[in-house]
Amino acid sequence: MKEQLMVSGREISNLYPHVDVWGFGIPLYLFIGGLAAGILLFATYYFIKGKADEMPVTVKVSTIIPPIIIAIGLAFLVGDLHHKAYFWQLMMHFRLESPMSWGAWVLTVVFVISIFWPLSYMDDLIVFFEQNNKKWLAKQFKKVQKLINKLPVIPWFIKFTQRNRKPIAYVTFFLSIVLGIYTGILLSAMNARPLWNSSLLGPLFLVSGVSTGAAAIMWMSNNEAEKKLFSRIDIGLIIIELTFILLLFLGFVWGPEAQVRSAEMFLGGEFTAVFWGIFVGMGLFLPAILELFELKGYHIPIAIPAFLILLGGLIFRVIMVDAGQISTYLY
Amino acid sequence: MRYAMALDIKKCVGCADCVVACQTENNVPIGFARDWVIENGKGVYPELFLHFESQRCNHCDNTPCVRACPTGASHVIDGGIVKVTHNECIGCGACIEACPYEARYFHPDGYVDKCTFCDHRVSKGDNPACVSVCPTSCMYFGDLDDANSPVSKILRERQFYVLAPEAGTKPQVYFVK
Repeated sequence: MKEQLMVSGREISNLYPHVDVWGFGIPLYLFIGGLAAGILLFATYYFIKGKADEMPVTVKVSTIIPPIIIAIGLAFLVGDLHHKAYFWQLMMHFRLESPMSWGAWVLTVVFVISIFWPLSYMDDLIVFFEQNNKKWLAKQFKKVQKLINKLPVIPWFIKFTQRNRKPIAYVTFFLSIVLGIYTGILLSAMNARPLWNSSLLGPLFLVSGVSTGAAAIMWMSNNEAEKKLFSRIDIGLIIIELTFILLLFLGFVWGPEAQVRSAEMFLGGEFTAVFWGIFVGMGLFLPAILELFELKGYHIPIAIPAFLILLGGLIFRVIMVDAGQISTYLY
Repeated sequence: MRYAMALDIKKCVGCADCVVACQTENNVPIGFARDWVIENGKGVYPELFLHFESQRCNHCDNTPCVRACPTGASHVIDGGIVKVTHNECIGCGACIEACPYEARYFHPDGYVDKCTFCDHRVSKGDNPACVSVCPTSCMYFGDLDDANSPVSKILRERQFYVLAPEAGTKPQVYFVK
């Protein structure tokens, strides 16, 4: 038998009995980062392939979402800081060693581009909404457009984006992959948390983020061909994601004791039901099966698989952040 | 220069004087502590063994906390002491997640606080507060590059272990068996 007790007073609630300094804000932010990366990845990819007019929802309409959700994510991120008044220090330094530092810079650049990308399509968006009986939205966007045209500098940036769409699309495509990987690497850089300490977390979070992006586009899309295409992409991504999850756990089970124990939380421990039942079962398997039925010709409202994938992506991140903080070295 | 600390677990009685000395010296807020005492119980009755460990920041050679810090607030100063610049710290918690020893905590004012090896005393040639008050003299402090420092001497003479060496952090707080 081995037992460790703390005999001096150190009742810091977010350190004992286990580290608990990252609450709901961080997984939500990681989810938002992945979702925004996924949407921008598809938007810029299909733009580069010259399908802007064929797939208006993917390239134009869906890109309204990233700037809004990134702003929400940033609000949560700053809200999660303990020394809030000093948050600007993050923008005063660049440290390549720290994923949080370069990730914050990548997110800033992506945020700025994601604002101007949909703004540069303002006319097309208004036409799209009018054609699709979204009169109210079209009206609001017209108001926004009027307002923006009165502002200084910003119309110049919009024109700049319109003129340089191709190079911006290439840069954004690359940056959205970096952003997707960053949401996983942010965790795996933490030496002390064996559950996070796997480089597979980077690609796993990227694939998960891209699949949530595909789900969001699929949900918004109004034409059958686009919906079918993203259903197919989503099935592929889910298969890759399942493979990565399998490989991740194989790596843990074959690894040192600290990692074996952290994997045990998922293989019989407290996270087993929520991870395999809710995330893998309802967030990956079920939507994949529903999409397969859809492709076979059965009619399934697209909102159901899309919602399940999005919810699964969020739950996955909540579980990983929570369980990771419980996992620790043993001594 | 490389500061290090050694603790003789055969001499430690777990009185927590080191904890109180640190709290007083460094104005640590009530309820918080930069060092703490762990009681390690081992075995089955009647074969029971017990030893104490006074734990603190290990001032590692390979510092995961400094690597994780996005602003450079966490940094290493002369002698290998890991410190936090309070007004550069944004309180993101990355260093707390990266530390295998749970040596860092959020100060009620928001920034991250931790053991400094009492660098303000050490630079004057004194021992850290915890070492200087230890009633059983179980703590040794000094420069590892100096063969005559108390810590070099005891590490040469006795067997020792460090905490979580598998984390790869190269900790510089040694426990002498």
